Amino acid sequence: MFGYNGKVMRVNLTEGTIKTEELNHELAKKFLGGRGLGTKMMMDEVDPKVDPLSPENKLFIVTGPMTGNPVATGGRYMVVTKSPLSGTIASSNSGGKWGAELKFAGWDVIVFEGKSPEPVYLAIQDDKVELMPADKIWGTTVSNTTKYLEENYPKGSKVLAIGPGGENLSMIAAVMNDEDRAAGRSGVGAVMGSKNLKAIVVKGSGLPDVPDQDKIKELNKKQLAKIKENGVTGQGLPTYGTAVLVNILNELGSLPTNNFLKSAFQGAEEISGETLAEKYLTKRTACYRCPIGCGRYVKVGDWEGGGPEYETLWAFGSDCGLSDMEAIIKANHWCNEMGLDTISTGATIAAAIELHEKGYIKDEDLDGLKLEFGNNTDIAEWVKRMGYGQGLGKKMAMGSYRLADEYGAPELSMTVKKLEMPAYDPRGTQGQGLTYATSNRGGCHVRGYLISPEVLGLPEALDRLDTKNKASWAKIFQDLTASIDSLGVCLFTSFALGADDYADMYNAICGTDLTGTDILQIGDRIYNIERQFNQLAGITPAEDTLPKRLLEEPIAEGPSKGHVNRLSEMLPEYYELRGWGKDGIPTEAKLKELGL
Amino acid sequence: MIEIEVRYFATLRKDNKKKEVLILEDELTTGELVDDLQIPREEIAILLVNGIKSGFDVSIKDKDIISLFPPVGGG
Ligand code: SF4
Repeated sequence: MFGYNGKVMRVNLTEGTIKTEELNHELAKKFLGGRGLGTKMMMDEVDPKVDPLSPENKLFIVTGPMTGNPVATGGRYMVVTKSPLSGTIASSNSGGKWGAELKFAGWDVIVFEGKSPEPVYLAIQDDKVELMPADKIWGTTVSNTTKYLEENYPKGSKVLAIGPGGENLSMIAAVMNDEDRAAGRSGVGAVMGSKNLKAIVVKGSGLPDVPDQDKIKELNKKQLAKIKENGVTGQGLPTYGTAVLVNILNELGSLPTNNFLKSAFQGAEEISGETLAEKYLTKRTACYRCPIGCGRYVKVGDWEGGGPEYETLWAFGSDCGLSDMEAIIKANHWCNEMGLDTISTGATIAAAIELHEKGYIKDEDLDGLKLEFGNNTDIAEWVKRMGYGQGLGKKMAMGSYRLADEYGAPELSMTVKKLEMPAYDPRGTQGQGLTYATSNRGGCHVRGYLISPEVLGLPEALDRLDTKNKASWAKIFQDLTASIDSLGVCLFTSFALGADDYADMYNAICGTDLTGTDILQIGDRIYNIERQFNQLAGITPAEDTLPKRLLEEPIAEGPSKGHVNRLSEMLPEYYELRGWGKDGIPTEAKLKELGL
Repeated sequence: MIEIEVRYFATLRKDNKKKEVLILEDELTTGELVDDLQIPREEIAILLVNGIKSGFDVSIKDKDIISLFPPVGGG
C-alpha cells in the first residue's frame, strides 16, 4: 500500500527483544495511521483497565500515511497509550523533523511493551535497530540527551527523548523531539519513563513509495497556494505565531486569568505576541515541509532558543497573573528541558497559587520559593522542582487535580477528566466548552477547535456566547481533527484546507479514491473507538462536564460578563448527533455503522 | 460629539500605535470609521465593539471600544 512502509517494530523491553511485523493494511485503511491506528492497536492489544504506569500498558509511536511524504506539514507523529493523568486514551501529537525521519528509516509504527530492567534507549538506522544502555543520559535534561545522541550517531540523526519529568513519572510529562517539540499532553512522558526508556535516536535513508510523483507535485502546488492565500496560514501564523491570540482573547474577556478566577488580564499586552515579536523574536522556525512556520526563536540576554506558544504564554502568564515575559520564556525553556507539558505545568502552578492563597498550602511547604498571583512567583524554579520531583514540586508534578484533591479542594483544579484546560474561558466561548467537556482525552483545545468559528470567524463566524448549533459544529470539527491527526499532517492546515483537500492528499499519496465524506466518517470512527476505550477503562459520561466554577460562577466583568458555560443546552443534542444514547454511550447501531 | 477608543493589533499597528482616543463629530458606523482611518476593510479580519464581534454596519456609540485585528490564528 502506497504511503506506508508496511512495517511495525515491536520492542519488548522486559526481554530486550525487537521484532519486525507487517502493518495490518486493513486497519490502516479503516483508521489511517497516527491517532486512529494507534488507538485501534491499543484497543486490540491492551486491556483498557490497565494501570497506565505498569509494564502491561503499551506505548505506540505511530506515523501517518502523510508523514515523511511530500505534502505540506507531512512530518507529524503520535504517541498513543493509556494516560496516567486522566485514565483515558492518550494520543499526543508532535511536529519537528523526528516523525519524518522514522518514516525514512522504513517504519510506520513502534510498539513498546513491558519494562526494561535498566534505563535504555533505542537506536535506529534503517533496519539496524538496537537497545542500548542509557546510563550516560538517564537523569539529564532533554537538550543534553539530544546532544549526546547526536554526537554519537551519524550526522542528521534525530532524537526523541524524555527529560527528568518523565523519568520521575510526573503525570504531566511530555515526550520531546528535536529538543523543543513536544508530544505534550496527557502524561505520555511518564509512560515512557515507567518503561525505563529514555530516548529514540533515528536516522533513515529511504523515502516511502508514492504512486505518481507528477500528480503529487500538482496537488501540492494547489494546496500550498491555498495555504499561502489564507489570511491565517499565509499571514497571521507566519508573522506572529500562535502568541498573537493573547490580545484577542483578552479583548473578548475570555482569557482565563488567576486560575480562571477572572477572564481578562491587565498585563496582557506585556505577554502578547506583539511584545514577543517586537522585543524577543530572532527568527521563525518550521516543522518538516511546513510552509507556515509558526515556531518562534527568541533571545533573552545570552540565551537563544525555542520561544513560548500562545498556550504557554497564557499558562505561565495570565493564568498565574504574571506579566513578566522573560520569566515566561525561561519557564517555557525549563519545561522543554524537564520534558513537561507547558499547559498542564503552568495551569498546575496556577492552581497551587490559589491553594496557597486560600490557605490550603502552607508557607512552610514552599521551601523558600514564592507562590502568589502576580509577578511574585518563581515559576522557572517551580518547573525545575516539578521536573526533578523535589519538595512540593513532587506533588505538583502529579497535575492540578491530584494536587488540589490532596488538599481536599479538587474543585480548584481547572481540569476536565483531570487534564488541565487550556487558554480559552468556556464561559465566553460556549462551543469550546462543549468540546472541552466531550474531548476523549479531557480538557483539550485541539480535539475540536471551535475557537476557529467562535473567535476567528473561520470558516464562518458563530456567536461565541450562543449555544445554538454548537453541537453539530463540535462533531464536525472533532471528526475532521481525528482524521487530520491520523494522516500525519498539522492541524493548522485546516484553517486553509477542508475535508475534500485531505481526501485529495490521501488519494495522491496512497493511490486511493476516498472522498471528503469518507474522511469525516473515518474521523467519526476514530472518535467512537476512543470513546469505547474510555468507557471500558471506567470513564463514565458523567465526566463529560466542566469544573463547577465555569458552570456556576458567572464572569464578573468585561465583555463576557454575566456568562457561565451553558453545557446542558448543548450536550443532549451533541449525544444525539453522535448517534449515542441519552446516557452518552454509543449505540449498537452507531458502532455497526462505523464497523466497530 | 462622542468619544471612543480604537485599539490596533498585530500588523495593524502602524508606527507602533497601539491605541488612541478619538472624538467623533458625526455618528459613524464601524465601516465608516475604518474607512476614515484609511485601513482597507479587507485587512481587518476581526472587528470587536466592546469585545463583541461586529461587522462594518454597527453604529458607534459614546465610550465604545473598537478593537481591530488582521487575520490571525493559532491554538
Ligand atoms: S504550522 Fe507550526 S506547528 Fe504546524 S507544522 Fe507548521 S511550524 Fe509546525
